[in-house]
Amino acid sequence: MTKNFWTNLVWGVGPIILGLILTTLALVAVGANPLQAYQSMWNGAFGNTAKFGDLILVWVPLLLASVGLLITFTAGLWNIGIEGQIVMGAIFTAWAARAFDFPSIILIPLLFLAGMLGGALWALLAGVLKTYGKVHEIFGGLGLNFIATAVTLYLIIGPWKLPGIASTSGTESFRPAAWLPTLPGLSVGPIEITVALVSLVLVYFALRGTLWGLKLKAIGKNTRSAFWIGVPTTRYMLGAFALCGVFAGMAGTVQAIGVWHRLIPSISGGYGYLGILVVLLSGFQALGVPFVAFFFSAVSKGSVALPLDLNIDSSLGGVLQGIIVLLVVLSQGVRARWQRASAAARVDSTILAAPVTRAAEE
Amino acid sequence: MRLELKNIHKYFGSLHANDDISLTVESGTIYGLLGENGAGKSTLMKVLSGFIHREGGEILLDGKSVEFKSPAEAIRAGVGMLHQDPLDLPPLRVLDNFLLGREDGFLQDRSKALADLKKYSAQFGFDIAPDALVSALTVGERQQLEIMRLLSLGAKILIFDEPTTGISLPQKIKLFETLRLLAKQGMTVIFVTHKLEDAQDLCGKVTVLRLGKVTGEVTRPFTTDQLVKLMFGQSLAASQRETIALGEPVLELRDLCVADFRLRVPNINLQVRAAEVIGLAGIEGSGQRLFLRACAGLDRPAGGELWINGAKINRQAYHRFLDSGIVYLPAGRLEEGLVPGLNLTEHLILAKRSKEFFVNWNLAQTQAQERIKEYSIRGAPESRVEALSGGNQQRALLALLQPNLKLILLEHPTRGLDIESTMWVWRQLLERRRRGTAIVFASADLDEIFEYSDRILVFSGGRVAKALNAKETSVTQLGELIGGKGL
Amino acid sequence: MDTHLLLITLASILADSAPLVFAVIGETIGEKAGVTNLSLDGSILLSAMVGFAVAYTTNNLYLAFLAAMLVGALVAALIAFSSIVLRLDQIAVGFVLTLLCTDLSTFFGNPFVRQPGPSVPHLAIPILENIPIIGALFFDHNVVVYLSFVAILAAWWWIYKTQPGLKLQGIGERPAAAFARGTNVNLQRFLYTIVGGSLVGMAGASYSLFVKLGWSYHATSGLGWIALSIVIFGGWNPIRGAIGAYIFGGLQSFGDFAQSIFPSVPTQVFQTAPFAFMIIALLLVSNDAIDRFFSGSPVSRKIWQSLRGTPPGALSTTFEQE
Repeated sequence: MTKNFWTNLVWGVGPIILGLILTTLALVAVGANPLQAYQSMWNGAFGNTAKFGDLILVWVPLLLASVGLLITFTAGLWNIGIEGQIVMGAIFTAWAARAFDFPSIILIPLLFLAGMLGGALWALLAGVLKTYGKVHEIFGGLGLNFIATAVTLYLIIGPWKLPGIASTSGTESFRPAAWLPTLPGLSVGPIEITVALVSLVLVYFALRGTLWGLKLKAIGKNTRSAFWIGVPTTRYMLGAFALCGVFAGMAGTVQAIGVWHRLIPSISGGYGYLGILVVLLSGFQALGVPFVAFFFSAVSKGSVALPLDLNIDSSLGGVLQGIIVLLVVLSQGVRARWQRASAAARVDSTILAAPVTRAAEE
Repeated sequence: MRLELKNIHKYFGSLHANDDISLTVESGTIYGLLGENGAGKSTLMKVLSGFIHREGGEILLDGKSVEFKSPAEAIRAGVGMLHQDPLDLPPLRVLDNFLLGREDGFLQDRSKALADLKKYSAQFGFDIAPDALVSALTVGERQQLEIMRLLSLGAKILIFDEPTTGISLPQKIKLFETLRLLAKQGMTVIFVTHKLEDAQDLCGKVTVLRLGKVTGEVTRPFTTDQLVKLMFGQSLAASQRETIALGEPVLELRDLCVADFRLRVPNINLQVRAAEVIGLAGIEGSGQRLFLRACAGLDRPAGGELWINGAKINRQAYHRFLDSGIVYLPAGRLEEGLVPGLNLTEHLILAKRSKEFFVNWNLAQTQAQERIKEYSIRGAPESRVEALSGGNQQRALLALLQPNLKLILLEHPTRGLDIESTMWVWRQLLERRRRGTAIVFASADLDEIFEYSDRILVFSGGRVAKALNAKETSVTQLGELIGGKGL
Repeated sequence: MDTHLLLITLASILADSAPLVFAVIGETIGEKAGVTNLSLDGSILLSAMVGFAVAYTTNNLYLAFLAAMLVGALVAALIAFSSIVLRLDQIAVGFVLTLLCTDLSTFFGNPFVRQPGPSVPHLAIPILENIPIIGALFFDHNVVVYLSFVAILAAWWWIYKTQPGLKLQGIGERPAAAFARGTNVNLQRFLYTIVGGSLVGMAGASYSLFVKLGWSYHATSGLGWIALSIVIFGGWNPIRGAIGAYIFGGLQSFGDFAQSIFPSVPTQVFQTAPFAFMIIALLLVSNDAIDRFFSGSPVSRKIWQSLRGTPPGALSTTFEQE
């Protein structure tokens, strides 16, 4: 083991341990027993086979969203609108599930297509606002997120309301042919797992080995120069948005027909925002994404058990995830600064490094 | 105020930018600091004015050793610097710029500042509206504002870093007049330049720097040849102009109008023929950039017609211009040309604009290696472009160009380059010209324009003069046109 | 609608917009200095929770506001630190903090959900309240609302009328030039970001202790994003930002009014309206087509130039001395 290995290990694991310590303090602060809480989370995530299946069902849409975000982050875009793109994917899926009465084998691919279309269209809208309207994608995307959620609510208590009662609990369940088939004794099935893994592999190779990926990377690093070299930047940015929307839409489809089997108000599960954290924590590298996504799914899934078992708010999971990402990002900054001070070395220009203006401009 | 620098050292990483530099400047004189780009002049002056910290040596003012941690401390001690790109705040007004940095208490004392501004304006014969936005001023006016600001802060030693770049001839005359007046008032003026004739016109004593070291010191009278030898280590042979027969028109402009937020330049008529070199002269920001970008298809013109190879262009996309062999080389190499974070191989792949789906990395690597050798770029295929020097970045940009081009449009092709790279760039361009490529370039350096252009297009105050034949035009004539006379 | 009712409506718009005004002014100050605090939506939420929780447990409103401002300042300080010292991307850190603060508010706010608590007492200003129209509009509120008025004017006065304010503009526009003029750029950026952050905290507390009394999960959700876009809409000018905030408040109360008239239109339409409005407003101020439209004649160009705000030149960059 080289010294380098140990330094990397300390920098990699240190922030996570610190995050756990801070979260433990938070638990102590609200008068909870941290050990019980962590045990409850562990059981909630890994307690038995069925629970593990539930966990995978969280992992799939989160992974799909993160895979989509890899594309937009490569192009230097903060696609915060992904949340709404998941929602739109679910809405389109729900519409198709209600409209068509086909056998599963035709219906399910169709529902995926519908979800992809919904996500892509919503993402394109944010893309058009960005490229033609010059509205920063963060604001355009956020606005569209709120609008997408409002549309869901409207559909649930309006046109698609349960017969007799107008309630915000959700629409009627879809017909069973629209449900994603599950493995025996589990809530998760082979289709969505395959879809998520294939998506990951495709995007990994597309970003690494193709001219398309290189062009996106160029746009992400410097849009003006990329355009000068001859990359049609507007088209590629719109493409990046749309493609991210496709994956987000699939996540929405899984949420609608694999998890809830109906449309509910919070159909996105917050996986869009969580996906941004996943990609940040993976250092924008596809290889890290499935593992980080798995860890985050376990935390999310485990924390759901907290209110029932121990009367602790389930947002503890979010606190833990947020603190870890924050500390990892900060530790990268500290480490880079430390290296700068010792070797006057240039930092890798990642999306995390801010542009610098110098006192003595050349 | 008498200034002495003793054994100054400054390193940037492994580069020894200032190597044991000593010099003495008497008050009431104009002192020249001469050297080509990269000789270490600006670094030395930034050390003197507190912008960067030295690694060794001593600064003495009137015999007393001083230590500046910041430009503000330097100015308090009486040392002020005017940067090549004036270090002011373009979005603010003139008076705000004048006020900012004065330690005049909590509230803005606008009336006192205004009185001061008027006093200095009268003294030097400057005419700047106090409520104008600095972004609307010319570089020359911004220099004048900075001079007044530094004087009002008590500067006794004024450093001018390449002040004649980017200003018009009348403004240059005015500047020199001002510098002489300052010296007469007892100020110490340090004039940093790479232009021999400017140093010769103005300075009583000149120190020449080369590669971070002092190569010599001369006092009046001195000859140009003396300076050249000190600057470059040898005398330069005058370049030979080649006469090349011009070909078919490649670009034709009929009543073209270019415009942006601030500026509108209408009625541009020009025909560029194959193998022709056209220089764009004028104060920076007079529309040359807009013109070049419109001709390259990067911006849509505000009016008029653009003909390429005999065909009229209607709202065509930029990549069509690229396809028809028209390229633009921007001045901001890392801002709008190269992509920081990508390496040379990746740049060359992108520039090929091929339609292939997968990248053949091995092949690309080999090709990049060849191209790097061909263009003598100091770097490897996996070198990121931001790690290259300015000269090598410019070489990399040229290496990205396809072999058979109809027209190359360049903005400040040699700005900030050392003499070796400058000559290399022009050799490349002239070689392409020999094969029939037309060249249109904008430059703030009149010598460069005269040396290479067949015809000269002058931009001034929102107008464009009829293209002049370079051989029949004198420097004075051109200077007057740039200043807006006779347009 | 008679004049009395109109006056009451306008006065209530001015009052209910107080949180948004604080947030807009706070963010404007920070961005003027060159630092984007993207965490607004989370830090308002967290400070609203903390403000209410402190008021609920101590029954002391001063302490409550102080605590909320401290929360806002701490979050801002973290962003300033990561940007100035660690040179991290302000957007990335800000976004992570948005999510983290949101979850923190939910986690720690659990015991206070829908509890009754104290509120800021009404305090009409004697004599001034009797001025016709103006009195009813501006001087018949509580201290928090008065402070929101003061914040607007003070920020404007500081930025444009004082010597330190000039420096503030300098460090945001061109830090190298400000540095050359003797400003400690990074220290000032730190301070202004923290001042801005404490105003953001003020926004949270004024929401939970006055505009919508009490605490519930995600109570102020969306407010921070609206504030961030109003800063852009207002062209980084406190007065124009405040006008943006009031227009927004007006539209919102118009929405409530319209909803009572058209009960058949689903409420979601009105709930979504602010965000649709946000997108349209940003489209208006950032689109080139509108630039081109106005650049036709010199007069319209001039008017448009004065209306169209440009962001501080060095926004979201870090500064270092060599």
